[in-house]
Amino acid sequence: MTAYRREAGVALAIVILMAVLVFVAPGFFTSENVNDVFLANLPVLVAAVGVTFLIVAGEIDISIGSAFAVCGVAAGLLAKMNLPLGVVALTACVIGAALGAVNGSLVGFVKVPSIVVTLAMMIVLREALRWVTQGAWVQDLPPHFQWLGFTQRSYLVAIAGVSAVLVAASAWASRHAPAFRALYATGSNPGAARLAGIHTSAMKFGAFVLVGALTGLAALLNSARFNQIPANAGIGLEMKVIAAVVIGGTSITGGRGTIFGTVLGVILLGSIGPALTFLGVSAYWERAAQGGIILVAVAIDALSGRAETYATHLLRARA
Amino acid sequence: MSVVSPLSDIPLLQAVSITKSFSGVRALKGVSFDLMAGEVHGLVGENGAGKSTLIRIMTGAVFPDSGSLVVGGTAVSHMDPSRSRALGIAAIYQQPALFPHLTVAENIAFAVEEASMWRPVRWRTRRQVAAQLLERVGASLDPDRLVETLSMPEQQILEIAKAVGAAARVLIMDEPTASLSEREVERLYGIIGRLRQDGLGIIYISHRLEEVLTLADRVTVLRDGESIATRQRDEVDQKALIQLMIGRELSAIFPKRMVTAGDVALELRGVSCRAGGVNNVSLTLRRGEICGLAGLVGSGRTELARTLFGVTPADAGDILVNGMRAQITSPAEAIALGLEYVPEDRRRHGVVPEMAVAENVTMASLPSVARMGLIARDDERAVAARYVQDLGVRPASVDASVESLSGGNQQKVALARALAANPSVLILDEPTQGVDVGSKSEIHGLMQALVERGLAILMISSELPEILGMSDRVAIMRGGTLAGVLSREEATQESVLALALGHPIQ
Repeated sequence: MTAYRREAGVALAIVILMAVLVFVAPGFFTSENVNDVFLANLPVLVAAVGVTFLIVAGEIDISIGSAFAVCGVAAGLLAKMNLPLGVVALTACVIGAALGAVNGSLVGFVKVPSIVVTLAMMIVLREALRWVTQGAWVQDLPPHFQWLGFTQRSYLVAIAGVSAVLVAASAWASRHAPAFRALYATGSNPGAARLAGIHTSAMKFGAFVLVGALTGLAALLNSARFNQIPANAGIGLEMKVIAAVVIGGTSITGGRGTIFGTVLGVILLGSIGPALTFLGVSAYWERAAQGGIILVAVAIDALSGRAETYATHLLRARA
Repeated sequence: MSVVSPLSDIPLLQAVSITKSFSGVRALKGVSFDLMAGEVHGLVGENGAGKSTLIRIMTGAVFPDSGSLVVGGTAVSHMDPSRSRALGIAAIYQQPALFPHLTVAENIAFAVEEASMWRPVRWRTRRQVAAQLLERVGASLDPDRLVETLSMPEQQILEIAKAVGAAARVLIMDEPTASLSEREVERLYGIIGRLRQDGLGIIYISHRLEEVLTLADRVTVLRDGESIATRQRDEVDQKALIQLMIGRELSAIFPKRMVTAGDVALELRGVSCRAGGVNNVSLTLRRGEICGLAGLVGSGRTELARTLFGVTPADAGDILVNGMRAQITSPAEAIALGLEYVPEDRRRHGVVPEMAVAENVTMASLPSVARMGLIARDDERAVAARYVQDLGVRPASVDASVESLSGGNQQKVALARALAANPSVLILDEPTQGVDVGSKSEIHGLMQALVERGLAILMISSELPEILGMSDRVAIMRGGTLAGVLSREEATQESVLALALGHPIQ
């Protein structure tokens, strides 16, 4: 059971937060607000699923905020060309995957540290987009693009379904698909993974491509909420996503992490801001509260890690 | 044994009846050692005889289970690294511990200058002090050079200058000539002579016995964690030293049964790998055969294994697997050809500590437990359970995380992972190092069972009894190449060690 201690801790924090809200600010639970929180955090969740696997593989991607903007703008432009929605959606994902492939090649095969590669990518994409769009938003989107052709209500149900399938499939794959097993091994001990015949570079490349494709999907789901697409979308998204993944118990050094934990991390991180507003705390405290949660989470990690090492040490000494 | 000291009667450093065990394995069993001022004291012994452990105890890196250290006549109750440094004990390892991005003078300053946060750096003084020290050890190094631009011997001299600057009285040198050319060795001798005149005591560890006999005033031989003898230089020669190093009965009983060797499973023709330092190795390995690969640490045994397994691919020569020429450029290819490798450093390369036993066992053979591309957990657990049972992994659980297992059991898991891939050639690197006696004989029994099933095993080992007890043939490496291959009948402790050390004995 120790394996899921972290997830249990985050779940407990969520329960406490909700309990407080039920008594102090029941307005939080109006369907309108819940829908808002859900829609705002869905892109974070979709991207976070990919990033969980990437961090598990021992790498990181801070360019997803910029890639998110690129994919969103591209989806909008394609929609304005009156292409079928399926083509638009697919292209957004493919563009994201292609950007991920660039990151993945540089990290996996050229062996540049991922923080450097994706920092450069973050800046390049952001500035290129600014130059191409001249800062203009994509406007006059065709009506069928809004809510991807659904009514707002059925859209909600549809994307809830999509994200549930995504979460379930990736959680299941992480336990049952050989490729994902290899991904965990790569992040945990690259040397041993290589000696076990795993192509660690290819695994890392694949994880970057997955992150890219899911970022494209996240951008699409996000842009459908509005009737215009800002060229400066997604600023700070990478930090939100990485924070959620880390709060969910994924080890930043790789090898350990669950999708379930990431889901909980997104819920806690995504609801704390609106919750503070409902509790009458200034919205300016939102980020501070998020930062505080991250610090508490990693501090607990470090402390419990030390306690565990000590415990195994004792057990072994006795054996 | 009492020895009259050349300068003073009080030893600079004395170790008295030192005992030390690592997770149940006795590394040192009551070792005593002393060092006089102005003396060079050679310390020799086979791999694993306990030399490094003794050094680590003297420098305070490891705390002994019992026994005591006496420095300049005063017993030191608790030695730790900073205490050891303050008492004037300095060690120079094979791999220099320097800051590559800083200059020579800055590196020396770390040893010489009083550490203080607020004192401004006087660069002129710092450079002058460095220059003086370098001159004292007879080195002509520019204090402003970056350490990363220094050659290995220059770095070593810098280490010596640091030690002298830190007012060291005891200088421990671990294989100082391993990476030096002949001329550089001569220079080192000069420096050592000068330090000896200054009254320093030097502990000189080397596998090169002729060096030890040239430099040392006395030589102490360690064997299996015991100090066997301390001799004046003129009392011994190389042959006598080798006898002292190995003079042990083959006490362990090895489960060796002869198996008729089958077809050639693996053949190397002039295999070289410049990056790994492997040079022109030719060797054949037959089914049903255990070929021992002996040699000193650093002789290229592990490097050869890594070349065969495609970690550092060969850049010259041919590798033939089952008679077919093979290009092996990655471990995945090696595994596909039926090779498997269980590495020496299992924590770093052998197992994935975060994962469960079952997941580690099937790591290299996932397709065999997958159905329609997905891992069948039941099959996986069944396969793992079989190996856990066969190899006697304790605790006998496929769900235990590998990091919670003892060293010997982690080794069995690494072995299980290799076996689950159903190899025809198995390369084992120090298969029983750091493994308790019980697991050790289980692993030996397993190796015997495997060759009886027709596997070919290449076994790297630093333990001569294991090499002699388990091998059908023994290949000996020295300096990255094969020094010789001996049949089981020809292989004795003397003949193997003589080839490994490069001292032919008649």
